[in-house]
Amino acid sequence: MPEVNVLIPSLLRPVTGGQEELRLDVEAAGATLADLLDAIGAQYPVFNRRVRDETGSLRRFVNIYLDGDDVRRLDGLKTRVAAGSEVMVMQSVAGG
Amino acid sequence: MANNGDTSKSTYLLAVGTKKGLWLGTSADRAAYTFTGPHFLMNEIPSIGIDTRNGSTRILVGVRSEHWGPTVAHSDDLGQTWVEPDNGAITFPPDTGAALERVWQIQPDTGDRPGVVWAGCEPISVWKSTDGGEHFELNRGLWDHPHRSEWGAGFGGAAAHTVLPSPADPNTIHIAMSTGGVYRSTDGGASWQPRNKGIGAGFMPDAEPEFGQCVHKVARDAGNPGVLYAQNHGGVYRTDDNGDTWTSIAEGLPADFGFTMLAHPRRAGTAWVVPITADSARIPPEGQLAVHRTDDAGATWARLADGLLEPDFNVVLRDAASVDTAEPVGVFFGTRGGTVYASGDEGSSFAPVLTGLPDVLCVRAAVVGL
Repeated sequence: MPEVNVLIPSLLRPVTGGQEELRLDVEAAGATLADLLDAIGAQYPVFNRRVRDETGSLRRFVNIYLDGDDVRRLDGLKTRVAAGSEVMVMQSVAGG
Repeated sequence: MANNGDTSKSTYLLAVGTKKGLWLGTSADRAAYTFTGPHFLMNEIPSIGIDTRNGSTRILVGVRSEHWGPTVAHSDDLGQTWVEPDNGAITFPPDTGAALERVWQIQPDTGDRPGVVWAGCEPISVWKSTDGGEHFELNRGLWDHPHRSEWGAGFGGAAAHTVLPSPADPNTIHIAMSTGGVYRSTDGGASWQPRNKGIGAGFMPDAEPEFGQCVHKVARDAGNPGVLYAQNHGGVYRTDDNGDTWTSIAEGLPADFGFTMLAHPRRAGTAWVVPITADSARIPPEGQLAVHRTDDAGATWARLADGLLEPDFNVVLRDAASVDTAEPVGVFFGTRGGTVYASGDEGSSFAPVLTGLPDVLCVRAAVVGL
């Protein structure tokens, strides 16, 4: 089955049932990062709210890497995700 | 049991929200506390509401992570466990195009309106819950207000930071925002009118505009719900006519700048402020932290500093102060230097009950049954 592997940062594992990674069927989940997050959010709504605000925007100090590339330098949450990709969600450097 | 002043068998709860987490203290005497925390480590806690109206205790907190955004959580077991609604207690409806930045105020309504909890948020908005704070609805009257485009942002952000439902009339609510000033609704929140006549705005070309003032905090008098006290960004005021007009009550204070305003929960005419030198000098006067109390609605003020550490150059932020409902009333506040003080005698004497915390953003105190 064509899958995408989503790596969950330790700080967000309490809202993904403790899972370190989530495997999603890209065909079922859709083809963009936003679709992927929608699919995760259907099961883990708090995870979704941690990563995106209610307008659907990626939070300012949350970074998502697709196969090592910052998606903000790609097409943001509209970036298309191919089977076999790895999506890494991370908090950026911020705060004091 | 929380509101009748009979606290002989009570436990006192003190909740301290900081820039990096929440501390919860319980005490039998308001002198010795047992604290837990930090809860929500690395999250700021800018707002706390303690709801004791139905015989139990619900602690509601506004939580905000620099990374993961804002949310609201509540605990019905004094912080042992927390519940966060899956879809968020406060989220902007899609048609607004807005996103919640920070919850500045969580205010349970009066005892005869069980389940009603108000919130004030950034961006400037007021919210009402009828289920004890688990879900809030955006007040559209304020969100669609024609003044919205002219409201500004104070240094801390553009927020409705004060929400005061009137105990006398369920349709009357006063709010305050930075910047915008005081607004009042007398139709249950359907419409809002600015009520700033007499309040100065020294930072604007028009010294007394209809709105635009940077009112920092407002508190309602216990004896007359039409009497309110305001600590302004320069100026301390009282209204005797439900906000229609305000007059200065700053005479007798060492400075008219500050952030806090507290009113006695039962006795008319009693209020507390913590003066700060000036907009341009945001430290306590002479570096000597002091609370000031009036017992005559602002005609005279008494300086109260017994037990406060000297010197102290830290400010007390707008919600970092609270009274409880015991007899005598307890007064509590925390500084940006991370010291929290408690008084069990209406401010006549204080003792530090926590030191070394991150910046204190919010303090709330209550009498709870266990």
